[in-house]
Amino acid sequence: MAAVESNRSRFFNKFAIVVVLILMVIYLIPLYWIGSTAFKPRSAATTVPPTVIFKPEVTPFIKLFTKRVQLRKAVSKEKYEKAKWYEKSVYDGGERIIANSPFLNRLINSIVIAGISTFLALTFGTFTAYGFSRFKVKGENDWLFFILSTRMLPPVVVAIPIFLMFRNIGLVDTHLGLILLYMALNLSFCVWLMKGFIDEIPIEYEEAALVDGYTRFEAFWKIVLPQSATGIAATAVFSFITAWNEYAFALMMTNRKAQTAPPFIPSQLGSGMIDWTTIAAGTFIFLFPVAIFTFLLRKHLLRGVTFGAIRK
Amino acid sequence: MTATASAARRGLSDLAIRNVFIIPTLVFLILINIFPLFYSLILSFADYSAVSGKPPDWIGIRNYRELLHDPHVWESFYITLKYVIISVAGQLVVGFGVALLLNRDIPGKGTITTLLLVPMMMSMAIVGLFWKLLYSPSWGIINYLLGLKNFVWISNPDVALLAIAITDIWMWSPFVMLLSLAGLSAIPQHLYEAAAIDRASRWFTFRRITLPLVTPLLLIAVIFRTMEAFKTFDLAFIMTGGGPGTATELIAIKLYNMAFPQWQTGKSCALAYILLIMIIGISNIYIKYLNKAKER
Repeated sequence: MAAVESNRSRFFNKFAIVVVLILMVIYLIPLYWIGSTAFKPRSAATTVPPTVIFKPEVTPFIKLFTKRVQLRKAVSKEKYEKAKWYEKSVYDGGERIIANSPFLNRLINSIVIAGISTFLALTFGTFTAYGFSRFKVKGENDWLFFILSTRMLPPVVVAIPIFLMFRNIGLVDTHLGLILLYMALNLSFCVWLMKGFIDEIPIEYEEAALVDGYTRFEAFWKIVLPQSATGIAATAVFSFITAWNEYAFALMMTNRKAQTAPPFIPSQLGSGMIDWTTIAAGTFIFLFPVAIFTFLLRKHLLRGVTFGAIRK
Repeated sequence: MTATASAARRGLSDLAIRNVFIIPTLVFLILINIFPLFYSLILSFADYSAVSGKPPDWIGIRNYRELLHDPHVWESFYITLKYVIISVAGQLVVGFGVALLLNRDIPGKGTITTLLLVPMMMSMAIVGLFWKLLYSPSWGIINYLLGLKNFVWISNPDVALLAIAITDIWMWSPFVMLLSLAGLSAIPQHLYEAAAIDRASRWFTFRRITLPLVTPLLLIAVIFRTMEAFKTFDLAFIMTGGGPGTATELIAIKLYNMAFPQWQTGKSCALAYILLIMIIGISNIYIKYLNKAKER
């Protein structure tokens, strides 16, 4: 009986592995598709049946960073020979480059806004987390609940009054405006996550340091911070990704100067003929760093997505 | 005690440190979250458009009354409810199912799990954008793989909502999977051994041991996803913009349209408040369960 049972469970195990592998392939098709479309020649992007084998090229990325117009007549051979490699690839598609597109600028906006807001949220968040972790605070749970609840508000709900306020003080379409909003978004997250990490550091370390003549701040700075370095790094990456991905506030609060990449890439859909290879290229550039970060974060993902409530 | 006391003499006192560490954060959050909400509460009692240049006209609770009698608002709530049920149920089935399959010794399990988690970390707006490409009727990869010739997804009022929900399921099932796996791996192995000795059937073991022990974490996953699905804006806005017609006009999109393109500021503040109360209700439940999970 036991032998039969174990045979059955061995079969079941194999079966499960096969199903998991099939599911994983299905799961990765969309990601593969976006990655491959980004390197396709335009003519190969919308074929029936879909093109799987093609000669990869970087033209979609060149198009992403440039503004182009249709060539009225073919370029002279002489001019073509003299052109740089990226100009040639655009000529081949019957267009010529007239200017840089705003994409680079939008990417820089994304990096600057996500970077600064993460830094600020993490700084304030770590201090606050330490405060809640080590000292008695009246109504501690209520305050922590309040902090977390600010994170649960739908952006559209808060956006209306914030937009009106920002308009009054001139923060619409500014980097500072978005930085403040993203800082608020991430601050609650940083407090909760960092509190979890700091709670895990034995309080005895600090007590020993205090006995040795450290001030409270020195104990925090020299003992607690280095001990929670991993936690700080993980929290920073999570916050950065949140700000990097944010769409709704960016859509409503910015339109040109401080616009980040998420509202910009879809706006490229525009009217007329959609060049999906260019959009795929933008998507690829935007999503690739996140995929890398996910791998770096893999041990802390569970913690991150539950605001530090579940640790493992 | 003496240590703390002498430390206090040298540096800032603990009390001062605590206040310096905590108060700025609280003040900032109140300023940027609570203060605007008071502002919009006031505006919700006015007939006001932020672009008209006319001062608010105070009309009491008429905005609320009109909204609650507006069939379009109810329709939006109904669409949202349908969306929440489809997408959360889908995520629960796929996520928990895959977790059950993954909960064994599989070579490369860590890599597989991490790969599955990648979509969850991505921008919903950008994911929505590239799923539009996958859903394309004539040359999209989905129709090709499923053998559906020229089937229209996004511009078809009957399936547009389902199309958005499928994308959401693709993105967020791994979240349910992650929490389920955490729950499953925490079940003590000796319970299963005891069940095996008693010759309990697979189904019995699942129902009496596995399910009750993962339920707390599953519940957290479900409540969190319910809340997020209820708030869905990015994905639907990019994929369909609420269309075709109003087929996918989720409540968040309805609110956005009212507030920005139509500039019915007063009325949209009132709708925002109705939503806010609902969200606070759900998030209260959620945080309660989070705290429970923390205590375990």
